[in-house]
Amino acid sequence: MQAEDRIRINLTVNGSSVSQQVEARRTLADFLRYDLGLTGTHTGCEQGACGACTVLLDGVAVRSCLIFASQLDGAAVETVEGLANESLHPLQEAFHRHHALQCGYCTPGFLMAAKELLTVNPDPSETEIRQALSGQICRCTGYENIVQAVREAADTLHGAKGRDA
Amino acid sequence: MKPASFRYVAASDVADAVALLTEHGDTAKLLAGGQSLVPMMNLRLSRPGVLIDLNRMPQRNTIAVEDGLLRVGLLVRQKEAEHSPIVLAQIPLLAEAIAEIGHAQIRSRGTLVGSCCHADPAAETPAVLLALDGSVRVQGPQGAREIAASDFFLGYFQTALAPDEVATDLLFPIPAQGTGSAFLEFARRHGDFALVAVAALVHLDAEGAVQGAALSLAGVGPSPLRATGAEQFLIGRRAEPAVLLEAARIAAQGIEPTDDVQASAAYRTQLAQTLVERALLIAASRAAREVA
Repeated sequence: MQAEDRIRINLTVNGSSVSQQVEARRTLADFLRYDLGLTGTHTGCEQGACGACTVLLDGVAVRSCLIFASQLDGAAVETVEGLANESLHPLQEAFHRHHALQCGYCTPGFLMAAKELLTVNPDPSETEIRQALSGQICRCTGYENIVQAVREAADTLHGAKGRDA
Repeated sequence: MKPASFRYVAASDVADAVALLTEHGDTAKLLAGGQSLVPMMNLRLSRPGVLIDLNRMPQRNTIAVEDGLLRVGLLVRQKEAEHSPIVLAQIPLLAEAIAEIGHAQIRSRGTLVGSCCHADPAAETPAVLLALDGSVRVQGPQGAREIAASDFFLGYFQTALAPDEVATDLLFPIPAQGTGSAFLEFARRHGDFALVAVAALVHLDAEGAVQGAALSLAGVGPSPLRATGAEQFLIGRRAEPAVLLEAARIAAQGIEPTDDVQASAAYRTQLAQTLVERALLIAASRAAREVA
């Protein structure tokens, strides 16, 4: 194959098919924001440290600032815009109820990382929640309410009972 | 920031990647997990003209035991190895070390082979490979060769990999029965780069004397180091706390860290001694359980 500076990719984003020509250097985060207008995915540090840009790639939580869109032919990407349908996702409901955001800049990343956690581990302990979210930086909340919200969302989603958050 | 412009090509297999490296020379960079390379590109510390994507290559995500070696293929993600039943059963030290790498969302993409090729002096996987006397299997235009870990890591971000070679596998010798191990790391926050990390293996005989020991340290020099003086000291001695403390002193005397913004040399030396002592205590108690 020839090295190209523009690549045609076909992928699904939140279940919808997308076919687009992208510049080779376009990160997935910028592809979502600038090419698809999905500005729910935020960019913070753009070097993998802050977690604001976390999305699901084939179901796995990844930093979208550290992946190029040109790599993603055939992939399935899920962003914060894909969480809610008619009503908010239980994670979003729980974040709302627990005041788990203030400025909200980091929230999409937290939601996507938490979504992966609850998929692979439907009944996580507080320690497991903290470990899974340790790569997400929030400068407002002090994290307590985020942890409580994720724990409550786990109960809502999976009906687990009688566990301290 | 955004990366500088580059051209992208996906390699179909290792031979194709080698051909592409040969064609594009030193303007080309290989992309595996990208969790170190892409930050450097975003900061424009790295500006490859051509990015050769290895992620499309089939059958390169194998974790297998072959001839007493654990083989980890070039597309095995850190998260896969961390939770692999084969790794947990054969080399728990490796799984323990991987848990210290970055965060879950980094380990989901980052690869073990890529971490060794990047050769950050504070990285975990190179320290484990060195402690186990492992090697790196590479392929170039002239064919495949294996490079011992002790010859592979040359200095800050420098390896013995030739510009036209692709690292295809890591080979970790599986420790003998009766071996206990431990990986300890200290960073200011979990997931940050290690100030010091230690991989320790202790092999006890039936009487409780040390038959073999291996110690490697990361974060204390340009590349991971073996504490050979401390290893020699331990041989034949009983794995008692006073002996392990003395071994830790010897290990700390054998390193020459430098001051940097994260920590002074004196602090790193003290930290190295403490971590080596603790890692040896854990490894020895695990070995004793194996022997019992």
